Amino acid sequence: MSFRARHLLGIDHLKPDEIVSLLDLAEDYVTLNRRTVKHSDALAGMTQINMFFENSTRTQASFELAGKRLGADVMNMAVAQSSVKKGETLIDTALTLNAMQPDLLVVRHPHSGAVNLLAEKVNCAVINAGDGRHEHPTQALLDALTIRRAKGRLQRLTIAICGDIAHSRVARSNLILLGKMENRIRLIGPATLMPAGVAEMGVELYEDMREGLKGADVVMMLRLQKERMDGGFIPSEREYFHRFGLDAEKLALAAPDAIVMHPGPMNRGVEIDGTIADDINRSVIQDQVEMGVAVRMAALDLLARNLRAARGRAAAGEP
Amino acid sequence: MDLIFRNARLIDPEAQTDDLGSLRVTDGLIAGRGAPEEPAPECATVIDCRNRALAPGLIDWGVKIGEPGERHKESFRSAGRAAAAGGVTTIIARPDTTPPIDTPEALEFVARRASDAPVNIRHMAALTKSREGREMVEIGFLTDLGAVAFTDGVRVVRDSKLLGRCMTYARGLDALIMGHPQDPSLSHGAVATSGKFASLYGIPAVSPMAEVMGLDRDLALVAMTRGRYHADQITVAASLPALTRARDAGLDVTAGISIHHLTLNEFDVGDYRTFFRFTPPLRSEDDRLSMVDAVAQGLIDTIASFHTPQDEESKRLPFEAAAPGAVGLQTLLPAALRLYHQGGLTLPQLFRAMALNPARRLRLPAGRLSDGAPADLVLFDPDAPFVLDRFALLSKSKNTPFDGARMQGRVLGTWVAGTPVFGDHS
Repeated sequence: MSFRARHLLGIDHLKPDEIVSLLDLAEDYVTLNRRTVKHSDALAGMTQINMFFENSTRTQASFELAGKRLGADVMNMAVAQSSVKKGETLIDTALTLNAMQPDLLVVRHPHSGAVNLLAEKVNCAVINAGDGRHEHPTQALLDALTIRRAKGRLQRLTIAICGDIAHSRVARSNLILLGKMENRIRLIGPATLMPAGVAEMGVELYEDMREGLKGADVVMMLRLQKERMDGGFIPSEREYFHRFGLDAEKLALAAPDAIVMHPGPMNRGVEIDGTIADDINRSVIQDQVEMGVAVRMAALDLLARNLRAARGRAAAGEP
Repeated sequence: MDLIFRNARLIDPEAQTDDLGSLRVTDGLIAGRGAPEEPAPECATVIDCRNRALAPGLIDWGVKIGEPGERHKESFRSAGRAAAAGGVTTIIARPDTTPPIDTPEALEFVARRASDAPVNIRHMAALTKSREGREMVEIGFLTDLGAVAFTDGVRVVRDSKLLGRCMTYARGLDALIMGHPQDPSLSHGAVATSGKFASLYGIPAVSPMAEVMGLDRDLALVAMTRGRYHADQITVAASLPALTRARDAGLDVTAGISIHHLTLNEFDVGDYRTFFRFTPPLRSEDDRLSMVDAVAQGLIDTIASFHTPQDEESKRLPFEAAAPGAVGLQTLLPAALRLYHQGGLTLPQLFRAMALNPARRLRLPAGRLSDGAPADLVLFDPDAPFVLDRFALLSKSKNTPFDGARMQGRVLGTWVAGTPVFGDHS
């Protein structure tokens, strides 16, 4: 199993073979999760702390379920954003945690880079469950697994990522991962929601959604963060839906067997038409949720193996 | 149905020519030129122009019409009649109405009302909701419905981040944003240009630098966003270097000016005459002359009337309290001909700024004498003298600074898509 990383902080530092190893293991966990007895002892005796500095229901539940199915002792810590505003406090929190001897730390934080900072201060393996506008690696991995299962491959696909790219850590992780796997990536959205300099990242940019969707194999919609809609990025929800919302007419321009993805939670009628989201022939949104648990189990399992190996080497006095 | 204009002094703003000839019109479109005495088919209607000037109809950019909200000042019908009498074949209506044109529904309303008028009317929409500078309007829907540009008019969008986002968003739709170059924190409360005149008369005044600062800010945002931008009125010489730099840098920037700033100066205000109160205020004679030169050089692209009807009550007030603006649809051409008679601009240069350039910038097919263009035409005698009587104007409001002025240049006929809308040519 070629997975060498000590932490899973982002996609950027993963090699393609590590990504494939993780997805292959995740496939095994998909099988396990569909059994009546969904249990493994991969993390028996280990402690997993889920630390969410930002509200999340589905990601936290997914990690909790993943840890429990692997036999870990799982603890959820909801840390109010207001109590941890300064880097110093974050480090203090990390040191306190470290003293509790956890093995796996799952962290979500509203500030980009905060998880990397934490990882430097603890002895356990850290998984980034989303940091600011930076990365959300397990989301990209679960998306990759969903695509691979639906399309039979993870290479040479035309993948359209649509919507609020600028504020999306999901988009950032995905375009790194899917780019590493040699796919053609199109970013579609209004220029106000497109990050500066993204054209230099080897992607194609479209402000016309119809143009951007032509022949796409995968249509990945992003959540438009309604709280950002007032005051300037877009004029209104109705105009956004008209120009960038996925409906049957726009989807008809994509490849006939194109799949539709969305990281959730969805704003129906804003970025996606409800009937498209619910169309079991096109939408793989529920599959993404299922793959999420399996991918997180694989990530926890692989990091735990590396952690055990590192501790074993340390106990034997090896470097 | 053919229409032949014979013996016409054809003013061609594209070719920059002023030659005798004839112009043929078929089915409302210009269908070619010929010799002055071009023979006509039997079924054609022939108009002998008697060596008077025939030019593309004026496209007046930035016309205020009182609908909705101030219909007692001007309606689409009265503005249309005034336009036809002034040789204006296309009105570009402003969105600063009450309420403003800031939704697709409001735009549909005015578009429906505008069908009353005898000339073409195209609409601009507000850039931000309620022109409050806080949220952008639905630029996509409004563009789909035919809005030709977006502007909050003289209410400058103070929030640079928002204006930048509007430009960025508009760029995706290839929509044009029109700005009013002025630093509002500097110009607030001012009704004159700072200098000797304002000091002598004790009128609150603003430095010309407020315009330069506003323009610099807007151009920096254009450089940042690469949007399409038109400065509504450039009125001071100090603004010209920034405009030149922007053009040289390849930015998609154009600029306009009002006919009043080209033909009047601050001293015309005289004894607090409120018909001479404008936004921005009238400038020095040096600035005026620089602006005429900038139009001749093509640095300033467009001349418009900025027709702003105000009823008697709005003007019969102390200078500071009076509403700004003047009517101009009917006086745009004779006022512009002052510049021609003074030797500042040729007729082709004038029609480049009043017809061709607005059409190009707003992507309208009119404004030229080329084959296939709509036969929106004005026939006028550039030399005919008259004294302007404001009560003879067809606008509902009569607020003109040219009341009682000696003028030279009369409109003899106006055609929209080959159909006469002014003048007797039966």
